[in-house]
Amino acid sequence: MSEKKNHPKNDNPLDFLSGESNRRSFIKGLSFAAAAGSAALTAGCIPSADAATTEEMKLRWQEFFKEHYRLMTQEEKDGTVARLERLAKLQKGLDVQMSSQSPLEGVLYGYAFNITRCEGFMECVTACVEENNLDRKTNTQYIRIFEMEPGQLDPGTGDGQYYHEVPVDNKFYMGTQCFHCEKAPCIKACPTKATWREPDGIVVVDYDWCIGCRYCQAACPYYGRRFNWGQAEIPKDEITTRQHYLGNRLRPKGKMEKCTFCIQRTRKGRLPACVEACPTGARVFGNLLDPDSEIRYVLKHKKVFRMKEELGTDPKFWYFID
Amino acid sequence: MRALHEKNLRTFFVDVIRWNLRGGIGLQLFRLVLLGFMGLGVYAYSHQARYGLSVTGMNDIVSWGFYISNFTFLVGVAAAAVMLILPAYVFHDPDFHRVVIIGEGVAVGALVMCLTFIMADLGGPLQAWHLIPGIGLFNFPSSILAWDVLVLNGYLLLNGLVPAYILYSHYKGRHADEKKYRPFVFLSIFWAFTIHMVTAFLYQGLPARPFWNNPLMGPRFLASAFAAGPALITLILAVIHSSTTYKIDRSVFNKLRLIIVISAIINLIMLFSEIFKEFYFPTHHSSSAVYLFFGMDGHNSLVPWIWTSVCVNLLATLVLAFNPGKNNPKVLLPACFFLFVAIWMEKGIGLIVPGLIPSPLGEVVDYLPTWVELGVTLGILALGITVVTWLIRAALIIEQDYSGL
Repeated sequence: MSEKKNHPKNDNPLDFLSGESNRRSFIKGLSFAAAAGSAALTAGCIPSADAATTEEMKLRWQEFFKEHYRLMTQEEKDGTVARLERLAKLQKGLDVQMSSQSPLEGVLYGYAFNITRCEGFMECVTACVEENNLDRKTNTQYIRIFEMEPGQLDPGTGDGQYYHEVPVDNKFYMGTQCFHCEKAPCIKACPTKATWREPDGIVVVDYDWCIGCRYCQAACPYYGRRFNWGQAEIPKDEITTRQHYLGNRLRPKGKMEKCTFCIQRTRKGRLPACVEACPTGARVFGNLLDPDSEIRYVLKHKKVFRMKEELGTDPKFWYFID
Repeated sequence: MRALHEKNLRTFFVDVIRWNLRGGIGLQLFRLVLLGFMGLGVYAYSHQARYGLSVTGMNDIVSWGFYISNFTFLVGVAAAAVMLILPAYVFHDPDFHRVVIIGEGVAVGALVMCLTFIMADLGGPLQAWHLIPGIGLFNFPSSILAWDVLVLNGYLLLNGLVPAYILYSHYKGRHADEKKYRPFVFLSIFWAFTIHMVTAFLYQGLPARPFWNNPLMGPRFLASAFAAGPALITLILAVIHSSTTYKIDRSVFNKLRLIIVISAIINLIMLFSEIFKEFYFPTHHSSSAVYLFFGMDGHNSLVPWIWTSVCVNLLATLVLAFNPGKNNPKVLLPACFFLFVAIWMEKGIGLIVPGLIPSPLGEVVDYLPTWVELGVTLGILALGITVVTWLIRAALIIEQDYSGL
């Protein structure tokens, strides 16, 4: 946490900004006036007078002027994580444990989906929504399950809105989510480099650097991205408090988000929530660089295919048939 | 009065503001109406700022709507100023030389609207500084949106500074040194094509969207812009001609008509070529066009929209081409107006929304802008019109009273 936080008597607002490195202090000074001016237009972002403690305002200012995540030193990452944890406590009374854990060495994540096994129960969707703190109000979902007619392999021909008892005879089920492409069109499109591919293959978004232009969403051929059209609403007792900066932390409104292969779990050696929740074992996740992993077994011994291979996006998500 | 006090940059700005605050009752009323619309825009935007973009009609499938549609169209209007600059400076056409300043004023107004539409569309407008090279992190040259930010701001600078220099020279009662500004004029001619090509590449460069991923997109943007832009400028010149003492020569209108007709015909040929490709042998890449022209899965909100646009476009082009009224402004001016509206319909909503429908996973939804989007859009249009009238009023007063030409 910033070393200056215990100075409530400090009545010069510009001093709030001095807790960070000097490199950006000039910009801060400039932006201060501009930001204060535009604050009037963003009444929704300004806490009500009694809630706006000096400490909270100071943390918010420091958060506003922080760097892009990839340009931060580990010290700065620890700083922002500590600020976000404190803000969660101040604003929502939540005890959040946020991580900024780096990728594991020698790991490249891959995912395989068994279309013979999936029976469309959508346990994966529920688990994903809960694990990743997805908006309950608009029913945001990273995973889509399509009920498919035999003879089709393109989810575009399937029914993504089915609501009846499953499995249905003579139908099969196909799940989609972000495919974590090696040559991802979304990354190329982003004007501020707010989305990128981590060394372990996970495509992530820096929610605080995203400006909300939605060009990545237009560029994605798999409908893999979701936008926070309004402020997400999650009942307080359902919020997952073990979070990652690039993963399931609570997103501000107006920012892009997406599946992160549950970065907060997988970087600690656990499986993504969807894989763990699947009752039929249709979902396989693992390290593509480990020759003994299950995902490597699937890629070697099963007939696998990928969606829209012709676009050359090189997804790290395969479908296979038993 | 001008002989009495010294003229410098400060008095230049003071005079420009003074001239614009005065004016007849009609002008004041017009300004008041614009101000009212801008107030409506601010009010609507305050809702969006408070509740997020959820108050718009957009969603995860139709993730760009009315704002980006208007932005795309107005880039064309801005680029069209080149159709006055090119003849004026390259071919030294004296008629166009007299009106080129008006074209540049329209370009500045259109660019102000473009940039405001982009800001209104952002989910995090307070983070827009992340786009500023040096302070932020600019994904250049990879992101076409980064290119677009550069070319739009560059074109705004060029189209603002060159006329400002010329006007300021005239204001001080001396000739503008053509050697000084000529390189910038040529740069702005090149730049006008760039802003439109880059904006087209924004869409053209997305293989995820077959409707946009089409090499004709850029050229067609140019053709439609060089029809719609000069059509708008014709209307503005007609207003100036009839309501001020600054008279526009008839030959300007005739030449503009020629430019509009040629561009509109090229635009229609390209439209026909696109329609042929989509419907002669429809593939699953044609589904956006099917949705647009015929509707899909019971969703057909754009069908009447696009057919109206195509029919009006065709009729207006025919009227302008065959000139049935023998240069009668009562025939040509409405034709210009309808052509402008038809191209706005087609190159705004008719281009952006169907590109996103059906979704990459085949889902079809309809899009309808909400009152917030309409309010903000009206406000931004009023802002643009205000900018244009301020600039043109100042320019005309200087050109008439000060330059002595």
